[in-house]
This record gives sequence, C-alpha cells and structure tokens, in this order.
Amino acid sequence: MIPISWYLIVGAVLFLIGVLGFFIKRNIIALLLSVEIMLNAVNLTFVAFSSQHGQISGQIFVFFVLVVAAAEAAVGLALVIAMFRNRESLNVDRSNLLKW
Amino acid sequence: MDPFSLLWLIPVLPLIGAAINGVFGKHLSKTAIAVIASGAVGLSFLISARAFFAMLSVSELPIIRDYFTWIQSGRFQANFGFMLDHLSGLMILIVTGVGFLIHVYSAGYMAHEEGYYRYFAYLNLFVFFMLTLVLANNYLLMFVGWEGVGLCSYLLIGFWFTRKSAADAGKKAFVVNRVGDFGFVLAIIFIFWTFDRIDFAGVFGRLADGSAFPVEQLGNVGVLTVIGLLLFVGAAGKSAQFPLYVWLPDAMEGPTPVSALIHAATMVTAGVYMVARSAAIYNHAPGALLVIAVVGAFTAIFAASIGLVQTDIKKVLAYSTVSQLGYMFLACGAGAYAAGVFHLMTHAFFKALLFLGAGSVIHGMGGLQDIRKMGGLRHQMPWTYRTFLVGTVAIAGIPPLAGFFSKDAVLWGVWNYATYGKILWTVGVIAAAFTSFYMFRLLILTFYGSPRYTHHDVHHVHESPKSMLIPLVVLAILSIVAGWVGIPPVLGGGNQIEHFLSAEAHETASESAGHSTEELLLMAVSTGAALGGLFLAYLFYVARPSLPAALATKAHSMYSIVLNKYYVDELYDAVIVWPVVRTSREFLWKFVDTIVIDGTVNGVGKLVRGSAGALRRMQSGYVRTYAGWIFLGGVAVLAWFLR
Repeated sequence: MIPISWYLIVGAVLFLIGVLGFFIKRNIIALLLSVEIMLNAVNLTFVAFSSQHGQISGQIFVFFVLVVAAAEAAVGLALVIAMFRNRESLNVDRSNLLKW
Repeated sequence: MDPFSLLWLIPVLPLIGAAINGVFGKHLSKTAIAVIASGAVGLSFLISARAFFAMLSVSELPIIRDYFTWIQSGRFQANFGFMLDHLSGLMILIVTGVGFLIHVYSAGYMAHEEGYYRYFAYLNLFVFFMLTLVLANNYLLMFVGWEGVGLCSYLLIGFWFTRKSAADAGKKAFVVNRVGDFGFVLAIIFIFWTFDRIDFAGVFGRLADGSAFPVEQLGNVGVLTVIGLLLFVGAAGKSAQFPLYVWLPDAMEGPTPVSALIHAATMVTAGVYMVARSAAIYNHAPGALLVIAVVGAFTAIFAASIGLVQTDIKKVLAYSTVSQLGYMFLACGAGAYAAGVFHLMTHAFFKALLFLGAGSVIHGMGGLQDIRKMGGLRHQMPWTYRTFLVGTVAIAGIPPLAGFFSKDAVLWGVWNYATYGKILWTVGVIAAAFTSFYMFRLLILTFYGSPRYTHHDVHHVHESPKSMLIPLVVLAILSIVAGWVGIPPVLGGGNQIEHFLSAEAHETASESAGHSTEELLLMAVSTGAALGGLFLAYLFYVARPSLPAALATKAHSMYSIVLNKYYVDELYDAVIVWPVVRTSREFLWKFVDTIVIDGTVNGVGKLVRGSAGALRRMQSGYVRTYAGWIFLGGVAVLAWFLR
C-alpha cells in the first residue's frame, strides 16, 4: 500500500506548479490552466485524506470542486474571447485599467 | 354662577388677541387691530373687576383653581393653576386696567408706525404673561410668566430693530435679566429641596406650622435666608435694582407706551410682587430682608441722583422708575410689604401717566426728546400739561395726591424698622427730595418758559389726539384718588390697603398705634423735603436760570461723574463685557475653535486621506499582483494555523 504522504507530496508539487505557472505565464489561457492544476492538486489531497480516514465527505467535496471548475472554465473562456475581441491580445499585463 | 369660573379667561383673552393679531394682523385694518387688542385687555379687566369684587365678600382666601397637572415627576409636582387673593387681585386690576388704558393710548401713538399689528401682538402677549405671573399658584408657573414678560420686554425694546441702539438695548435687557433669572431658578430648586413642594399655599403652610422652620436671626444664615437672597437676585434683575439696574435706562429705546406699561407700571414691579408674595419666607429670614432694604435704599438715592442731571425726557423718568422701585424694595425690606405694594399701585398710575405724557410731548414734537430744546409747551399742549402736572405733584409726594400717602406709608414702615431704620429713613427722605427736584425740573424745562426749539428742529407742535388724551385724564384722576385708600389713622383715615393686604403679608397687627405725633412729624419732614425739591427746581430753572451752569462748573468733577451715571456702564464694560469679549475672541475663537476643534477635524481628514493615498497603490490593476497578495495571505493564514 502506498503511504498517504506520497499522495500529499504529489498534491503539493502539483499545487506549486500551478502557483508558479500563474505567476510566470502571461497568456491568460495559461493562467486558467494553472488554476485548473491547483484545483486538481487540492482534489488529489481531498481524495487522499478521504481514503485515509475512511470518510466519504472528501470525495463529495471533489465533485463540488469539479463542478465549480467547469463553471469557471466556461465563464473564464467566454471572458477570454471577449477580451481578445477587444484587444487582439491574450497578455494579462495589458489589461490593467481597473486600478486606483 | 361662580364668579371665579372665568378666572382662566383673564390671561387667556389677551393671548387670543395676540394670536389673532400675530397671525392675521397683516391683513387687518389698523382700526380692527387696535379694537381686538384693546378689547381683549378691556374684557380681561371687566372679568378681573368682577372677580375682585366677588372676592371681597369671600372669607376663605386664597381662591385656588388648579386646571391641570403640568409636570409630575416623582415627588415633584407643578400644576397649571391660578390663585386669587387680595395681593394678586390688586395686581390683576392694575395690569389689566393700566394695560387697557395704554392699549388705547397706543392706538393713537403708534398710528403712523410700520408693524402696527406686530406691536399690538407683542403688547397683548405681554399682558398674558404678566397676568400668568401674578395669578400663578406656584413658583414654577410664576417663573413662566416671569420669563414671558422678559421675552416681550426684549421684543418691544427692540421694536425698531433696524436701529442699532434699540437692538443693542434689547439684548442688554435680556442678558442682564438672565443674571437675575438664574437666581430665581436656583431659589425654586432650593424651595423644592427644603419644602418638597413649590406651590405657594403648600410652602407657606409648612412655614406656618412652627418649629420645623425657626426664624433665622440676623447673622444666622440658613436655607431660608439663602432662598430669600436668591429670590431677591431674581427680583433685582427684573425690577432693575442695583447692581442689575443698567438695562432699564437703555430700555427707553422702545416705544414710549411700552416704557409706560412694561418698564414703569407692571413688569418691573414683578420683583416687588414676588417679594411681597414670598413674605412668609422673608419673615423667617431677617438677614435677607436687611439686604433688600439696604439695596433698595441705595438704589433709590443712587438712581435719583443720576436723574437730577439727565437731559432726555424719558431717561429722567427711567431713573425715576429705578429710584421708586428702590423705594418699594426698601418698604418690603423693612417688613412693610403692604406699603411696598401700595406704592407699587400708586406708582403704576402716576408713572404710567408721566410716561404717557412724555410720549404725548415726544409725539407732538415729532420725535424730539431733549428737554433742553423744549420749553413753553403748556400753551400748545394744554391737556398734556395739566395731566403731567398732576403726575409730577403725585410722584413728588405732595399731599393730598397718591404719591404722598404711599411714600409716607413706605417711610413710616422704614422708620419703624428695627435695624438701621432711622438711617434708611433718612436716605429715603433725601431720595424723596431728589425726586421732587428732578421731576419739577423736568416739568419746568418742558412746559414753562419760552420755547428753545427752532423751527428747523420741530415743524409743527400740536396737541395729541383724543385717544391719547383720554387715558392721560383717567390716569391723572387715578393718580389723585388712588392714595386715599391708604390714608393713615393719624390723618383720620382707615389705611384700608394695609388691612386689605395684611393676610398676604403674614403680618401681625400694625405698629402705628400710639405714635401719632411722631408720625405727623415725619410726614411734615417728608412733605418739607418734597417742597424743598420744588423750591430748588424753581430757583434753578425759573428764578436764577444761570445757577445750574455755574454750579456745574464749580463742582465740575462731581457733576461729570453724575452726568456719566457714575461710570457704571463703563465699569461693566471694562470688568465684564471686555474680558468676556476678549476671551471669546482671542482664546475661544482663535485658539479653541480654530486650532483645537478645526485642527482635530481637519487632522482626522488629512490622516485618512494620506494613509489611503499610500494604501491605494496596492490596487495596481495587474491580475498577477493580486494573485500574489492572495498567495501571501494564504501563506500567512497557513503559517498562523501551523505555528
């Protein structure tokens, strides 16, 4: 049996990859993908703990996260299209008008 | 029908008149306004007279009518209720009677003035408050009337408010009265604290039942003395006693009928009424009485001496009023409350007469008030002259006119006053001589000799209309006969007024028995003083007209001190007004307000703006910066939980 720490390490590494991707990439689609990676890292952690403790609630949470992630992808991609139509660019650093 | 069932209407009728004239007066004709205002007071007078004469046959006095509970809080209770006894009965007759005559007079006097309806609304409102003051059956309701008459006095002094001097005089009256009213309020608090009640019947009832409240002998200052002194502070403010008299001469800025009604006949006598009403308290506090007597005597001679050299016809009468009020307080202080109230009544008649006469002169001269520029008016204004002559003789105290009997009652009461009675009596007689001198000086300068005005000053000297002359004649008759109710036994009279008021004064039997020669002698002395004043006035202004100027140069320093009213106004300016104004301006305004308060408010604003200006830089608009902040926040939260 694979110990739980392995799952947690994989989850943490995945999460860090997502975070780093979010900070490094400028393409907004890459940012959305990074968010997906982070969410799935969390999902993995949930499932690992669920299995460890023998409780179903962690797995139910994963379903909710998947639903939210799907909705987020739908809205996010719609925004990406709207943004591209306006600016002919997917660079998030060029969308900085909403500030002080 | 119960003759007292309409008691509440006596003050309410003028209130209705004030409301009608105040609200609809703009759309009414001058005749209608005058009829409504005078009619309201006239009706009040009729009801008062009916109640008064019905009261004479009632043995159970006072008649108390409680209409509703005004304030109820714990043990404290104040009712809205009226009390009719001999003292308040006499007062309502004076207020409504003289008030009615002055309303009629005003109809003629104010005929050419703007704000006719405003004037009558104020005047009616004044009568309402004055009647509330004298009819009230407890100290708090009396205070309501007290404040109300002060308000109306303020409004009427500043009636010509576009004139700065009038507006200032109104303010001065209001502020000085506030000092006195403060004393009155404190007195009411002390009365409640001591007696647990504030209605007259209750307070005096508790005083009467003996051992709980012993008489506080001289030098033994107890709570009753404190109450008495605080009440007198209030009285001194309202009744213009030293050192709070300064507002009354300035109050002459108001229309002359107002000076007659408010600043001579009624409102300023409210203090005397209050002291007489509180006789039961004062009889237990001889120390307070001594203070009243001394202040009264000092005011009487002090104001009379200022009156000697005044040149404005109304100012002479104003100082005379202050002096006569001093007389009334002197009497009350000596324990002769009935004599004080007697003098109050006769003074109301002859001083109202003199003021209205002066108003008639001013009216006829087109606004001129300087007696140095008058002269010879007895030919042009015969009726004004005749009535003014009656008033002058009455106030001078020459028998058999009203002033003689009341002044004599005062002096006789003072003579019998155990503490310093003889000294105070001497002061009173000298003041009487002064009074006689300045009044005959006024009479001679105004009505005798040859005219000193030029046609440049005065266009057309004329006698006043009938509506002004009839009140003058009525008041002149009253000034002659009013004294006859107080003829002392030594002259064969019954001195009815003293017996009439004895219950309210809580007096024991009169002391006048057995001193007939002494009393006659004193009468002769005071009459001699009055005639001496008359003779001096004749000497100075008829026989040897150069004498006053010669005397003025000879005793120049003294003359200028008196002419400048002993520099009391200047002293108040320097000691009170100037420091208050300077402190307000330099400290309260320029430091406390500008620096402390404005600085705090503006400082808070600046602080918020500055810190917000720095913090808003966080809102860069870059998505990844926000993500960074969220990440750092997450790390911080995690670190907190994992610590």
